[in-house]
Amino acid sequence: MKIAVLSGKGGTGKTFVSVNLSFAAGNSNYVDCDVEEPNGRLFFKPELISREKVCVKIPKINNDLCRRCRICVDFCKFNALAYIKDKVLVFEEICHSCGGCMLLCPEKAISEKDKEIGEIQEGLFKDSNIYTGILNTGEETGVSIIKKLLKTIKDKPYTFIDCPPGSSCSVMESIKDADYCILVAEPTLFGVHNFDMVYNLVRVFDKPFGAVLNKCLEGENPAEEYCNDKNIKILCKIPFDHELGRLNSNAEIAAEKNEKYKSLFTSLLNTIKEEVE
Amino acid sequence: MKIAIPVDDKNIKGNVCLSFGRAPYFMLHDTENKENSYIINSAANSQGGAGIKAAQIILDNKADVLITPRCGENAAHVLKAAQIKIYKSDNNSIEDNLKKFKENKLKPLDQIHHGFHGHGGK
Repeated sequence: MKIAVLSGKGGTGKTFVSVNLSFAAGNSNYVDCDVEEPNGRLFFKPELISREKVCVKIPKINNDLCRRCRICVDFCKFNALAYIKDKVLVFEEICHSCGGCMLLCPEKAISEKDKEIGEIQEGLFKDSNIYTGILNTGEETGVSIIKKLLKTIKDKPYTFIDCPPGSSCSVMESIKDADYCILVAEPTLFGVHNFDMVYNLVRVFDKPFGAVLNKCLEGENPAEEYCNDKNIKILCKIPFDHELGRLNSNAEIAAEKNEKYKSLFTSLLNTIKEEVE
Repeated sequence: MKIAIPVDDKNIKGNVCLSFGRAPYFMLHDTENKENSYIINSAANSQGGAGIKAAQIILDNKADVLITPRCGENAAHVLKAAQIKIYKSDNNSIEDNLKKFKENKLKPLDQIHHGFHGHGGK
């Protein structure tokens, strides 16, 4: 069963929820798709067993064949190509590797070459596999790293996908094959605004989903009001707790160190199991 | 010689636009016949790479000089390869900047920023 954890806003608790669920489940895959700043590994401190470079294809122009028609330059939606003094210039960081310029070139003057943009790592934590995607600084998009990560994972009863923040291509790639989506929410208006975006996203993808309300305080909770308003199932509430803050800041797994949180995440896992079945 | 300036409106009395890549228009001033023309910057609404496309428009219109308050590194790369000189605008007035350029009072733009790349500041 593949469970994706997403939130829209960063810092809401995606990694906290997915790391602890993976720990509570045991014998699972934890997949860190937040490739711009993967941090689940800080909690698991996995024993590294393999790493693999990830490359994307970028255009290579053969100026001897180029007839200066500019079809490639006009086509590129990302403006990664420019035509200067009878030559096509490629801006490698801007290119999204769609391959369109190569397909359209009537002179077949464009071929592809590999460009390394990051790597994926596989590690072990007890009987679980910890997968981490790492995008090199300055690169435009980590989608190809996420694709490769999710293709690499071994067969386990549970796979927890720690998604990037936001609701763009990289998040869509992360949740594409998920059986269930957990939307993590925090009680702030900013949080609710971005929560609304991922709520709409999982509906477009027609995924079953439920909400985890994190950092709950006494008094009003805009995230809870939003869920009630939209009839979103609240799977559990996690309190705003100094003990959790301490454990997290020391890169410790709450469910491993604290019985209360072990039972909270075990029961959250059971709730999700029932939801999926 | 043709001078390009990013502008807010199609009006010589108007202002120099603060952004190069996302400017709504470019004004082209021809020093030979003193004529001004305005072109729409089709790069303004690009998802990304606006500076590159805007620079492409400048070079396609055969400008020799660009006067702008600022310019990102990708755009500067295109302009440099096309041997278009970049000068820093001195104030908001289009007319005043043209005058100062002709009097050799504008300085080359030497501070090229790293680009905003989707992170605001437009």
